[in-house]
Amino acid sequence: MGKFVFQRFMWAALVLFVVAMTTFLLMHAVPGGPFSRDKPLPAQTIAQLNKKYNLDVPLTEQFLDYVGDIIVPVVLTGAQQKSLDHDYLFSVRLPFGDNATFRWANFGPSFKSTSRTVNDIFRDNFPISFQLGIVSLIVATVIGLPLGVISALKRNTVYDYAGMGVAILGVSVPVIITAPFLQYLFGVEWKLLPLTGWGTPNQLILPALTLGFGSAAIIARLTRASLLQVLNEDYIRTARAKGLGEGRVVNVHALKNCLIPVVTVFGPLMAYLVTGTFVVETIFGIPGMGRFFVTSITGRDYPVIMGTILVFAALLVLANALVDVAYVWLDPRIRFG
Amino acid sequence: MTTIKETTIPVVRLRKPAESRSLWGDALFRLRRNRAAVIGVIVLVLTIVIAIFAPVFAPKNYDAAVLSDNNAAPDWILRVFPTMISRDQGGYVTINNSYPLGADKLGRDLLSRIIYGARVSLEVALIGPLISIIVGVIVGLLAGYVGGRVDNVLMRVVDIMYAFPTLLLIILMMAVFRTSFEGQQPGTLAYSLNRLDSSMGGLLFVFVGIGLTAWMGMARLVRAQVLSVRELTYVEAARSVGAGSLTIIYKHILPNIVGTLIVAQTLDIPTYISYEAFLSFIGLGVKPPTPSWGSMISDGAQAIQTFPNQTLFPALALALVMFAFNFLGDGLRDALDPRLRGVD
Repeated sequence: MGKFVFQRFMWAALVLFVVAMTTFLLMHAVPGGPFSRDKPLPAQTIAQLNKKYNLDVPLTEQFLDYVGDIIVPVVLTGAQQKSLDHDYLFSVRLPFGDNATFRWANFGPSFKSTSRTVNDIFRDNFPISFQLGIVSLIVATVIGLPLGVISALKRNTVYDYAGMGVAILGVSVPVIITAPFLQYLFGVEWKLLPLTGWGTPNQLILPALTLGFGSAAIIARLTRASLLQVLNEDYIRTARAKGLGEGRVVNVHALKNCLIPVVTVFGPLMAYLVTGTFVVETIFGIPGMGRFFVTSITGRDYPVIMGTILVFAALLVLANALVDVAYVWLDPRIRFG
Repeated sequence: MTTIKETTIPVVRLRKPAESRSLWGDALFRLRRNRAAVIGVIVLVLTIVIAIFAPVFAPKNYDAAVLSDNNAAPDWILRVFPTMISRDQGGYVTINNSYPLGADKLGRDLLSRIIYGARVSLEVALIGPLISIIVGVIVGLLAGYVGGRVDNVLMRVVDIMYAFPTLLLIILMMAVFRTSFEGQQPGTLAYSLNRLDSSMGGLLFVFVGIGLTAWMGMARLVRAQVLSVRELTYVEAARSVGAGSLTIIYKHILPNIVGTLIVAQTLDIPTYISYEAFLSFIGLGVKPPTPSWGSMISDGAQAIQTFPNQTLFPALALALVMFAFNFLGDGLRDALDPRLRGVD
């Protein structure tokens, strides 16, 4: 098991490295820089800016510097002042020395918002996206699981068809369509919920529902298929044969086992949620990472683009790795290695 | 004789279909019995016809802007959306019945823009699978048939690409294309690419972005299929009578996997369409004034409170086409591989 976990996470690290390199090359291999404007700046200013942001050294050096700043942790001592070049995402006070702090993950300063670092932007915007994502995931599970279970237990009845109809709706309709429809119904027609904004629980409902609906559908379909399969297994027949009530058969023997494959979908779900946040945050005016990313990409704010992509990619890759590990751990029939 | 004939009639009617149908005939028969798939096909055929003959069906040109008619709406829309109140009754909506679905904020006919917008979605639905099949089949065949080190290298590349968050990569590529190919000197490759892209309304880069990220799943699928078909007895038999690799691939392996490929690609089409809609939504997709349903939803979303028709109708069109492709894909899967029925 240990070896499997290690291999899985080494692979995740490799993928992240390739993601970083590709992003870096894509952004730098093209003409024009973050400081090209309609009215060109004087050559001297550009040279100074390039020097300030370390853009005048060879590409490989820039890349290594950048990656080094992120992954190599440092321990600083003495009085520390926040500066644009040294702002670390994680800092832990160590219990010894003169104010010694363990610091890690420096994503550098932003090119466009000159007084902020990428970490400042993360700190301001990421919790919002994270909150939205978690609530959507809860919404998805709370709707999706029961829907799938009911559809499977009442197979080929009205409940099944209705449940799966809703699920097909959720799977085939992207956020870009659900968002305006929910917005119109709940916000304009019935005037129940605020259309846009962020901060109150009220304002969380619509975006979370929009994001959660699609994921709920995925969960429901998978749960149904999985439960149907489990109900055909021999041990379920054994449980019935020894005289257990249907309720006990389903609750104790079937449900637990049917959830194993459902766990795997949480990896792709993360991807779905991340994708969704771009649209949902734009439509609902939520000041999260997704919306910030879209604006930073048109401004060619290299460090912000790099940082966001890396954080999102890390989330996805780690989610997938965790799911793989959880899957092996949950299902003893799978051999690891 | 006559009595015998009469008794055999029911038997003949029962057995006839099973005897005379080929794989495709059989699939078509099953597809035609699937009501959802048939509806999907009808919707798609209608959409395709409308898109091809857009100038005939569209009442106006898609970029004909009449500024004085901005945000105008016909009578019936005001009845459907009770929040929209006409100017006569103290509201803000200008009534103009010459726009069947209303006009947008620049006074362009919504219906015409939706009709022309179908072209973009359908082109993506055509090009996406095409690129992904061509690249995916080549890579998958190489990996599966040649095997060994080639297989190893190709599959590791696919693995890494697969772990890449697709949408982030597309967004990034679009941003790079959009910002770097603009304002180049004539005569360079970047300049001609940008000219071509502009003449396609910004679609070229959308295709490239989707194409570069879509082939991995296909390559894996082809490889897996090739590996399973390669060892079958009839392929071995073909090899033993001296058939070359190309013949075996073309005559024996490809026909065997073509069904799976079609099903997989049809089920992927909604994803491609939603990528385009999404890119246009955040302003990295088609270039204005080319109408795309994604960019129309984005334009309308800002005015959903006042003019819900401007965002709901394009969203409805998009939903309809996505549904149609999903139904068709599900139907094709059931028809071509009945063993997969009900399995996701």
